[in-house]
Amino acid sequence: MRKRSIIPIVYILFLMLPIYWLVAMSFKTTNEILAGFSLFPQTFTLDAYKTIFTDPTWYWGYINSIIYVSLNTVISVAVALPAAYAFSRYRFLGDKQLFFWLLTNRMAPAAVFALPFFQLYSAVGIFDTHLAVALAHCLFNIPLAVWILEGFMGGVPKELDETAYVDGYSFPRFFISIFIPTIKAGVGVAAFFCFMFSWVELLLAKTLTAVEAKPIAATMTKTASSAGYELGLLAAAGTLTIIPGAIVIYFVRNYIAKGFAMGRV
Amino acid sequence: MKTENQKAWFFVLPVLVLVAFNALIPMMTVVNYSVQETFGDNLFFWEGLTWFEQILRSERFHAALGRQFLFTFLILVIEVPLGIAIALSMPRQGPWVPVCLVLMALPMLIPWNVVGAMWNIFALPDIGLLGYFVNHTLGIDYDMTQNPIAAWITIVTMDVWHWTSLVVLLSYAGLVSIPDAYYQAAKIDGASNWSVFRYIQLPKMKNVLTIAILLRFMDSFNIYTEPFVLTGGGPGNSTTLLSIDLVKIALGQFDLGPAAAMSLIYFSITLFVSWLFYTLMTKDDLN
Repeated sequence: MRKRSIIPIVYILFLMLPIYWLVAMSFKTTNEILAGFSLFPQTFTLDAYKTIFTDPTWYWGYINSIIYVSLNTVISVAVALPAAYAFSRYRFLGDKQLFFWLLTNRMAPAAVFALPFFQLYSAVGIFDTHLAVALAHCLFNIPLAVWILEGFMGGVPKELDETAYVDGYSFPRFFISIFIPTIKAGVGVAAFFCFMFSWVELLLAKTLTAVEAKPIAATMTKTASSAGYELGLLAAAGTLTIIPGAIVIYFVRNYIAKGFAMGRV
Repeated sequence: MKTENQKAWFFVLPVLVLVAFNALIPMMTVVNYSVQETFGDNLFFWEGLTWFEQILRSERFHAALGRQFLFTFLILVIEVPLGIAIALSMPRQGPWVPVCLVLMALPMLIPWNVVGAMWNIFALPDIGLLGYFVNHTLGIDYDMTQNPIAAWITIVTMDVWHWTSLVVLLSYAGLVSIPDAYYQAAKIDGASNWSVFRYIQLPKMKNVLTIAILLRFMDSFNIYTEPFVLTGGGPGNSTTLLSIDLVKIALGQFDLGPAAAMSLIYFSITLFVSWLFYTLMTKDDLN
């Protein structure tokens, strides 16, 4: 161990402390939490988790979130793939302006759009459906997916395309059976980012849903206000929201650094 | 070289339709509200630029904007150097690399309201780990619900906890792309650590750092959920950042006109500063 590896270790400890506190709290009773300070759970209990897994308003929150996040990931990556190919391979009228305009959508504060989104999706008649949230999250996820995929596609030499055409491949066959497998790391990373940003976003998801498609994050805030502060339950619900992220990041663990650099290193 | 092909528009069309649906229609609604007055019942009256004038002159807006710039400035000044320092001290290869990266990315995968709630219970004076430690072990009086300075320290620390890893991961990606030959050459020349950093590592990290600073600027400038859950904008208005103030006006007071005008001013500022950052940071490449 070199001396300077102390810095990352201290940093990771700092990152883990609040997470530890959340997890530890989820195993305590609400009385114990409010009674005072204890570093470890004194009366270890799984009650909070039992409540979440048996009460439909709780576990449906998770199912709803996972449905719209998956839907959004599929839509975003599917439409971003051909677009990113166009940006990386061709020049066309207004290409640079279009690319920049796409990126500006990441700069719009969600708070600005909350109310108009509510009106728009009510008018279209899909308010309170998973599709509404999945489509709304496209606003910031599609530009991101296009950006990442374009970065990864830029690293593939153009000779690959030309050779395939010479060999008699049609465009769709080339794109699906040769090109996409070549950049599968990029596709994985783009899907990971779409999943991540859709999973962590709350404001739009909460605005566009009422009962049928209510995300877990909204269930948490509503419980907090109606039943006083059930801290143990909230901590358990919070702990469970970390797990899907931890699972998807495992799949892209070897591409994380390159992925965060949007394929541009 | 890219080839000229106007048919490429067909490839872009689905993206264009989906993003335009989500971006242009709501934006037009906002523009529409920003020039009208309503007393409910879907009755609207033309107001011209009244709301824009009112917002630009309002003390409240200036104060929120000031707090917003202070917050973004603080987190950039802390997160960027800290992120670079951590990336520099990480191992370049070995079994620990993926472990480190996954653990570091973890905070970014937690829903934003959970991040806020988590830091809230972490920092509570008598029952939170951080609050208890600072108050009872260090003996410093610290209560983010009462003291504005403590509230600011808490939201800045929370953001550093949440997002420094983004800078680390980006810088790290830049660092691992440097071939070993560069370092060997530097060693032969007897270059100091500082000159290795200044002339080899920093230039290689420039592109990724541009992305990091831009993303951190945009996201911190638009931050809403985490500080809202953590402090609710308090104590008083001390941590009411722009988004929090905007939602208060739009949904709390239902003043649609002023809220819409404020949204547009807000969005223009974000756009302008991002453009400025981007132009300044990529200026050298053009020369």
